Amino acid sequence: MKIALCIKQVPDTSDIKWTENNTIKREGVESIINPYDVYAIESALQIKNTCKDVEITAITMGPAQAEDILRKSIALGIDKGALVTDRKFSGADTYATGKTLAQSIKTIVPDFDLIICGQFAIDGDTAQTGPSIANHLNLKQVTFVKEILECSDDYIILTRQADDGIETVKAKLPLLLCVLQNYKEPTRAKINGFIKAQKSEIKTYSLEDIGLEAEEVGLKGSPTYVSKAFRPIVTHNCEKVFADENTPELICNRIEKYKAGQNE
Amino acid sequence: MSENKGILLYAEVTRDKYIHTVFFELANKALELSKKLDNCKISALLITEPGQLENYRDGFVNSGIDRVYIYEDEKFKNYNTEIYSKIAIDLVNEIKPEIMLIGATNQGRDLAPRISSALHTGLTADCTDLDINEKLQLAATRPTFGGQLMATILCKKMPQMATVRPKVFKPMDENAVRNTEFINKTTNHTQIDTGIEIIDFVRTLENDLNELDSAEIIVSGGRGIGTAEGFKMLKDLADLLGGTVGASRVAVDMGIADKSIQIGQTGKTVRPKIYIACGISGAIQHIVGMQDSDKIIAINSDENAPIFNVADLGIVGDLNQIIPELISRLKN
Repeated sequence: MKIALCIKQVPDTSDIKWTENNTIKREGVESIINPYDVYAIESALQIKNTCKDVEITAITMGPAQAEDILRKSIALGIDKGALVTDRKFSGADTYATGKTLAQSIKTIVPDFDLIICGQFAIDGDTAQTGPSIANHLNLKQVTFVKEILECSDDYIILTRQADDGIETVKAKLPLLLCVLQNYKEPTRAKINGFIKAQKSEIKTYSLEDIGLEAEEVGLKGSPTYVSKAFRPIVTHNCEKVFADENTPELICNRIEKYKAGQNE
Repeated sequence: MSENKGILLYAEVTRDKYIHTVFFELANKALELSKKLDNCKISALLITEPGQLENYRDGFVNSGIDRVYIYEDEKFKNYNTEIYSKIAIDLVNEIKPEIMLIGATNQGRDLAPRISSALHTGLTADCTDLDINEKLQLAATRPTFGGQLMATILCKKMPQMATVRPKVFKPMDENAVRNTEFINKTTNHTQIDTGIEIIDFVRTLENDLNELDSAEIIVSGGRGIGTAEGFKMLKDLADLLGGTVGASRVAVDMGIADKSIQIGQTGKTVRPKIYIACGISGAIQHIVGMQDSDKIIAINSDENAPIFNVADLGIVGDLNQIIPELISRLKN
């Protein structure tokens, strides 16, 4: 079975710094593998551990330094890494990203059985790229995947988070999955994994290599564009008190008043 | 000038056969947008099992919907990505709306990008504000970078699509009764072999809608709660107040609270009457999910915790002492 694994390098959003002009400071912000893509890696490894002849190729679209997350995933047990990189890809929205990644998968893993993505990326948080890839490949999809229960060459049985509960779904391959967090103990890289990661050749693919036109990718190929970006301003006057023996009384009184729509 | 006109809303039907509340929130916003677009028509797409329309009819009539396009089939007992997206694409190609809005439920988030991508148009996810700009474009504002930056996004293709989470917009507060037209449609997409079968379903919430959506009081816990037992204490407090329990992402990641009650950027957006934040420091990712609560009470041992920036009443102290005291005070 061949698995294409889509991963993304993202800035650590819990560590965002601001410039004086209220724009995000890009320098000095740590880059990490998108946390949901770590769950995607875990799901792919789980399938590799339970099925025969599984080959997993991690694919990322990004700048040259995104090679780092491909090597990290190889250290964890992923077989190969492919970096899709071209200045012309920059500024892509989810439509253009989906198209570029779909075309990359066709080029790099043309005989894939399964594509696995993280459900969200923590920077954009749109949850759209996976379904967009599936659309461009005319492929079936299952999103909000929680756990893979069973996998064969023809089908996969898994659980997914619906709005009101957990569905168990049997889905035929080929298929695209978007996975949510799973609570399993994450795989840790072993020393020979690090050695393999160091030695592995990461192939790079340009716009020309994947056979798209400049008009179809990046900002030019994106139907949406940002017209304005601003820092949300939260202002509030908090009545702050230090807890003492009257605190429960105060909270109870306040709850009664708030319930009745009074301010205090 | 585009030939596209009007606003199309997706009327999500839940497993328990009612129209998801997010639809009525979208309808309210659509009425506001329509006024800035020459009072354009508002339509709804309804995909349902046969014989259910009567239960839904008043909801559409009372919320300002001009036309409802109805697709009925036994197969529409459960949502399916492929069939539903193909129906929506057909309808968009036929009626050519300039705007299409979908609720950002798990179903909506599965469906919307399939529709937008197939129509080669853009989709702005999880908008917190929608407006019409001076060029009569849909200006969709959403948080990015974990809520630390807001971006207003425009789309150069039609229809301009957006998703909005439940509870972000206020539901209809006055009746906007229309002479709604109900139009029956047929489709042959029901013949598709979807290759996807739901073989089991376990309900994890008491209602189809998370209780967080309807609760007037939410007692929410974060890192400071520390243990699953701590969450039981919050449950006791919530029960006494007639409310429900929520959690921050940290508490979910620690494994002491269920993902389904997570509030914030990657969880739910809530707007209860009273939000009681216990041991939540107030990372912006959490704040964006609860800041529209009518009143916020925060309990935290760190007097500089950012949660106090959004709170009406802030208690600096040890919640393991305060909450049990509060519980015994309420019991008396």
